[in-house]
Amino acid sequence: MSPLIRPLLFAALLAVTAAAPAYTLEEFKFDSPAQEQEFRALIAKLRCLVCQNESLAGSQAELAQDLRNEVYRMLRAGQSEDEILDFLVARYGDFVLYDPPLKPSTYVLWFGPFVIIGVAAFFMVRSVLRRKPTGDDAMSDAERERLRTLLDTDADIRAGEPSPPTPKQSI
Amino acid sequence: MIPELGHFALILALLLAVVQAAFPLAGSLSGNRPWMTMARPLAYGQLTLLAVAFAALTQAFLTSDFSVLYVAEHSNSLLPTIYKVSAVWGGHEGSLLLWVLMMAAWGAAVAAFSKNLPLTVVSRVISVQGMIAIGFLLFMLLTSNPFERIFPVPADGRDLNPLLQDPGLAIHPPMLYMGYVGFSVAFAFAVAALIGGRLDAAWARWSRPWTTVAWVFLTIGIMLGSWWAYYELGWGGWWFWDPVENASLMPWLVGTALIHSLAVTEKRAAFKSWTVLLAICAFSLSLLGTFLVRSGVLTSVHAFATDPSRGLFILIFLCIVVGGSLALYAWRAPEVSDGGRFSLLSRESALLGNNLIFVAFTVLVLFGTLAPLIYEAFNWGKISVGFPWFNKMFLALSPFLAVLIGIGPATRWKHDEPVRMLKTLWWALALSATVLVISALPVFSTNTLWVPVGLALAAWLFFAHVAIVYERLRNKGGLSRMGPAILADLRGGGRSFYGMVTAHVGVAMFIVGVTVLSNYQLEEDVRMAPGDSYELAGYRFEFLGAQQVPGPNYMAQRGAFNVYRGERRVTQLFPEKRAYMGGGMPMTEAAIDPGLFRDIYVSLGEAVGNGGDWALRLYYKPFVRWIWLGAILMALGGALAVSDPRYRLAGARARKSAADTAAVTA
Repeated sequence: MSPLIRPLLFAALLAVTAAAPAYTLEEFKFDSPAQEQEFRALIAKLRCLVCQNESLAGSQAELAQDLRNEVYRMLRAGQSEDEILDFLVARYGDFVLYDPPLKPSTYVLWFGPFVIIGVAAFFMVRSVLRRKPTGDDAMSDAERERLRTLLDTDADIRAGEPSPPTPKQSI
Repeated sequence: MIPELGHFALILALLLAVVQAAFPLAGSLSGNRPWMTMARPLAYGQLTLLAVAFAALTQAFLTSDFSVLYVAEHSNSLLPTIYKVSAVWGGHEGSLLLWVLMMAAWGAAVAAFSKNLPLTVVSRVISVQGMIAIGFLLFMLLTSNPFERIFPVPADGRDLNPLLQDPGLAIHPPMLYMGYVGFSVAFAFAVAALIGGRLDAAWARWSRPWTTVAWVFLTIGIMLGSWWAYYELGWGGWWFWDPVENASLMPWLVGTALIHSLAVTEKRAAFKSWTVLLAICAFSLSLLGTFLVRSGVLTSVHAFATDPSRGLFILIFLCIVVGGSLALYAWRAPEVSDGGRFSLLSRESALLGNNLIFVAFTVLVLFGTLAPLIYEAFNWGKISVGFPWFNKMFLALSPFLAVLIGIGPATRWKHDEPVRMLKTLWWALALSATVLVISALPVFSTNTLWVPVGLALAAWLFFAHVAIVYERLRNKGGLSRMGPAILADLRGGGRSFYGMVTAHVGVAMFIVGVTVLSNYQLEEDVRMAPGDSYELAGYRFEFLGAQQVPGPNYMAQRGAFNVYRGERRVTQLFPEKRAYMGGGMPMTEAAIDPGLFRDIYVSLGEAVGNGGDWALRLYYKPFVRWIWLGAILMALGGALAVSDPRYRLAGARARKSAADTAAVTA
């Protein structure tokens, strides 16, 4: 590393470190361990709105920090979990809930897959169990012959015998 | 000059792919033998040209040729050499080049190891691969050429994304791509069989080893990705249900269904049209995965690889491949007879159940990944679908699968008797019930039912397979000398059986890991000053302070910890926080003391105040290694199954017979 870059880098690092908010949850003081538990459970259920796939508990983003403070303030002010959630949903929409509740607007989300699975399973079972109308014998003679040759191969291998040449398969 | 050579090789490869797609297929349909014999040389030629292109790009990285735009954007003169090589696939264009190179390698492998296949089949398979190659090469040359130059030439490159400067991630994409692309072989076999109108046990026998190899690579690739995310992202999680992870999981789920359904097709000539459909789906989902990752339609932690403008091309390509192959399927599959009656209690039924559950898993992942898009498209509001949703859905189905994995291998083909099965499995059942009861005892203070259930299911899987192995050896009369009997079995035709057992035991291990980890892991956010100690899970973490340490292309703050258990020092840990010269967010390098039964994991947060205090995260992760060890066992099982002599000897014998025939005709 060139001697010129190093001080620059150090300055950049300092800037980054200074600008980043402290994320530790220890800064929050609680009346009781139960309240702390409630707080942790609550922020794990909320989504960091500006992050990609992170909960409020896991995120270090500034907005997440603000929102955590907000939740903390409301919890200390004696509001119940439901009140806090209602407030946040009213402000940010369902997007803020990491674990979408079961209600009419989320029926598609919770039941949709099972409808699709049901339909898929129906077609799958039908496809597997479908028979040709020409009786039980679903394997053609040629197919049976080919299968027999293949299975014979197995038997030979197991027996460890030198095997007779397979008749050349024609397609 | 060399980048232009690479570009030229790409264009030649496209032309060759067109020839490869057209002539062998046309030859196989019209019976033109010379055209069919072109297939193998064309496959080798394709590999050679793409290897030249890949070598050219690697050379540009190694010599830090920043006049190439892609190199300037993904490398830096200070980048360590190993990462200069892995940076070749660190971005969109290069990873596509890796993708086509691997596809050409699979094509060449098919050409080289298919001496026992009829020429018509080989030529059709290689033609179908040529068609896919046309799509990808066109995509590269039209929208994402890795050899594009820039002027003026920048003095230095922008550097590789720091997240990717890691040994785990250097090999994760190649493994994953080997899997993705490997399914193109299964796809090509399926389409070739549809074109020929012949779907039979022989077809399943040919495509089975290829599919299993692809599945093994995909398993390892996903496992590496999970392991990387665990230690690199600094949150100590091993799976995030991130869209990109889901994109790789879907082909794996369908691929798992496929390797099981191929077993039915090979042994019983049943499930044929269904197996073909799965083969088409496995590769289509690989393409969909690529689309989701590359197009940027989904927000994800893998955002380093997105570009919306390219989405349209992949979408069209996807429609052609999926639409075309499904149309071919709809046209041809009804002609296929699906044979083999079986009763409710039979190996076929168990494998049908396996297929049902894996398809259900795939639907869940696909639906969950796309649900936010669906909601937005229909104006139903913005929703978040994250790990809580996926976990609930998967937990609802997984126990059925675990029970079934224990039953399936114990059943006989076609028909089985409940009494006979009970005779084999009763003690496995009893042992897992014992595990259920013991782990539910208050001594273990499990606050959820999932712990006893998960452990009992894992025990069931393990003991059921012990019982199955026992049964097999008893039938072979080798019970008195167990060890030699197994070895003899392994030398003979038993490898695919033991491969299956190994993979299923891997599933048991995976279940133990997930169960214990998710119920007993501990995590603490703490603020510590130098000299402070903090106790977690019986370990005392002593923070010695953090120091500035320079790296090759970054500056790190390195914390130092002594970890004690009682008076004994267990380990020293040095987590880092790195600021890379290329800029961007600072990176967390967690320090981990790994162990078979627990990991101790420390990651640095931020410096707090001016007294050298740091915000830190301490984790205790019991049994986390079992998750990846389970995945490794699954992959090993697959590898063992592929090495079964019946795949190779059948080939050797056919070669011999072909030679005999040739000798006779000569």
